[in-house]
Amino acid sequence: MGYQLEKQTADEIFNCLKQDYDIFAPKLFAGEGCFSDTDVIRYGKVESLDEICWSRRSDYSFKEAFLPVNEVLFYFTEDSTSVPACRKKPALIFLWSCDLHALRRLDAIYLTNGPEDFYYKRLRENARFVLMGCEETCDTGFCVSMGTNCTEDYDLYLKVEGDSVLADLKTGEFQKYFDGKDCREQEVIPDHVTENREKVTLPRNLSTETFSDSVWESYGSRCIGCGRCNFVCPTCTCFTMQDIIYRDNENTGERRRVWASCQVDGYTDIAGGNSFRKNQGERMRFKVMHKIYDFEKRFGFPMCVGCGRCDAVCPEYISYVNIINRLAKEEA
Amino acid sequence: MKNEYIPFSSQVKEIIPHTDIEYTFRMSFPEAGRVKPGQFFEVSIPKYGEAPISVSGIGEDYVDLTIRRVGRVTNKIFQHYVGNTLLMRGPYGNGFDIENFKGKEIVVVAGGTGLSPVKGIVDYFAGRPEEAVSVTLIAGFKSPQDILFRKDFEQWEKRIHVIRTVDSASEGYEGLTGMVTKYIPDLPIADPDNTVFITVGPPVMIKFTIMEILKRGIKEGNIWISHERKMCCGLGKCGHCKMNDTYVCLDGPVFNYAESRDLID
Ligand SMILES: Cc1cc2nc3c(=O)[nH]c(=O)nc-3n(C[C@H](O)[C@H](O)[C@H](O)COP(=O)(O)OP(=O)(O)OC[C@H]3O[C@@H](n4cnc5c(N)ncnc54)[C@H](O)[C@@H]3O)c2cc1C
Ligand code: SF4
Ligand code: SF4
Ligand code: FES
Repeated sequence: MGYQLEKQTADEIFNCLKQDYDIFAPKLFAGEGCFSDTDVIRYGKVESLDEICWSRRSDYSFKEAFLPVNEVLFYFTEDSTSVPACRKKPALIFLWSCDLHALRRLDAIYLTNGPEDFYYKRLRENARFVLMGCEETCDTGFCVSMGTNCTEDYDLYLKVEGDSVLADLKTGEFQKYFDGKDCREQEVIPDHVTENREKVTLPRNLSTETFSDSVWESYGSRCIGCGRCNFVCPTCTCFTMQDIIYRDNENTGERRRVWASCQVDGYTDIAGGNSFRKNQGERMRFKVMHKIYDFEKRFGFPMCVGCGRCDAVCPEYISYVNIINRLAKEEA
Repeated sequence: MKNEYIPFSSQVKEIIPHTDIEYTFRMSFPEAGRVKPGQFFEVSIPKYGEAPISVSGIGEDYVDLTIRRVGRVTNKIFQHYVGNTLLMRGPYGNGFDIENFKGKEIVVVAGGTGLSPVKGIVDYFAGRPEEAVSVTLIAGFKSPQDILFRKDFEQWEKRIHVIRTVDSASEGYEGLTGMVTKYIPDLPIADPDNTVFITVGPPVMIKFTIMEILKRGIKEGNIWISHERKMCCGLGKCGHCKMNDTYVCLDGPVFNYAESRDLID
């Protein structure tokens, strides 16, 4: 069901939604970017529509609002364990089309690869997604190449244009907030881009031979293994387990999982001093092949959704897009 | 819905020391009947963390875990066990399928603690030698002090062909010396097509062992290996164990070499 309404009405609706949901959306943090004198757009809880950064792709993805960087799996005391409760209010998360496609990638790992993940499932069931349209392409994204520029999988679509707001309700859950309000029914089709500045041709004949391609070597010295490309990526899911002892009582503590990066030292260390992929070039190969080849072989669709965040965040200006295009070119 | 991350507590029934740093922990596990050799458990002590450990023996209501003391978690396990419990979750992984080896000439090549995951297979066929054409165990340890499962070796030697070797030993040592690979060229093999090899150990050992096995005209499909990789979850989620499109914790740790030779770290 699509509606056109006044901004003021939309603000009232937003206030009602706020009673029932914790609302997360991209916000601008001035001067806090990772390059000097730059701003950063990242997720936070929002209190009004005006706080939301609609038009510039966030530097960090919705994953920050959806999945905890540090997640407590259970607390332990001397002889018992207890699982923390889930967030009380459901989360309402604003995101773009590429990110909604990324959600399907997270689902694949957490819900279908091996047994269902208890913690992911309860967060997933307790989250709703509000699509923001894209009027123009972002700088580094290549969603069109990846087929992630459109989506129908949202619960709610919202677009603010001056004093006018467009809304599209895909699920009945939000109908009650619009009922009785001054809204004009109309068909609403989410804004989406049909062309990006960045274009990527996915190499289609990759094989295990690509693993030994010389492309990877040049990254051995360029990549510093900081892992930022993984942390901003909406489709990365890796984590490491950690046990923590509380300082004030040594008999109590918690087991948690913490986001991990395949580019950072220690990711593969095993007993006996063995580790795999010691060289950054090999780690780059591992990451890129996962994003555009391995994952697809296992799940039937590529992992990367083309959001372009990894290229934008890299302090060494490494372009993942260039790597893919180079592989495609070699193939041609 | 089951929360796979929550461990259960299991009683330490018995301790069997092998060396100063390697003990077998016999852990109560009522559902032991569904555990296969080659599978593993995530074993933990609260506050210290978890470690994946293979089952080295399967009883009616217990599983054996043979643990090498190497770091934070395993140290704590050694200090903590007396009359006590450990936390466990699992079993995870595919494990070995005994059916693949019945009626064959079986050769098991194991290095160090690598013997743990295959011990269930050796036990099985040492107990029922008639179910195989022949059974050979080549087991290698660093030095005589590092030899594991001494009591089991005494039993095995009576029933199957055992080659137990150490990399090096001081003068006067009576047993065999040299790497496990040294003993592969001269193995009596009647029919290479009906011979299966199972090899488990450190990555380098596996690599050189496979080279020797292939020289004997054994088909890749007749070789089985078990991989050890970093594992945080055992559930296909944490990503650490992934190679190509394969998750060692779910699809392995046991692999047929023909299907896994192209897996690249
Ligand atoms: C499928 C599988 C089966 C195994 N079976 C046995 C067994 O039967 N007996 C045995 O003694 N050991 C076994 N291991 C190895 C054992 O898991 C490690 O020795 C143990 O995790 C080390 O933990 P720690 O905390 O004591 O050492 P740490 O203090 O953590 O560090 C010692 C070293 O172990 C590495 N390590 C830490 N966590 C893991 C992990 N989750 N997986 C692999 N390495 C890790 C560290 O990176 C470090 O290099 C197995 C490993 C795997 C993956
Ligand atoms: S790999 Fe890069 S472009 Fe692809 S989804 Fe992740 S951050 Fe976005
Ligand atoms: S590619 Fe760039 S962002 Fe990623 S780990 Fe290397 S240096 Fe860091
Ligand atoms: S151990 Fe976590 S994915 Fe395999």
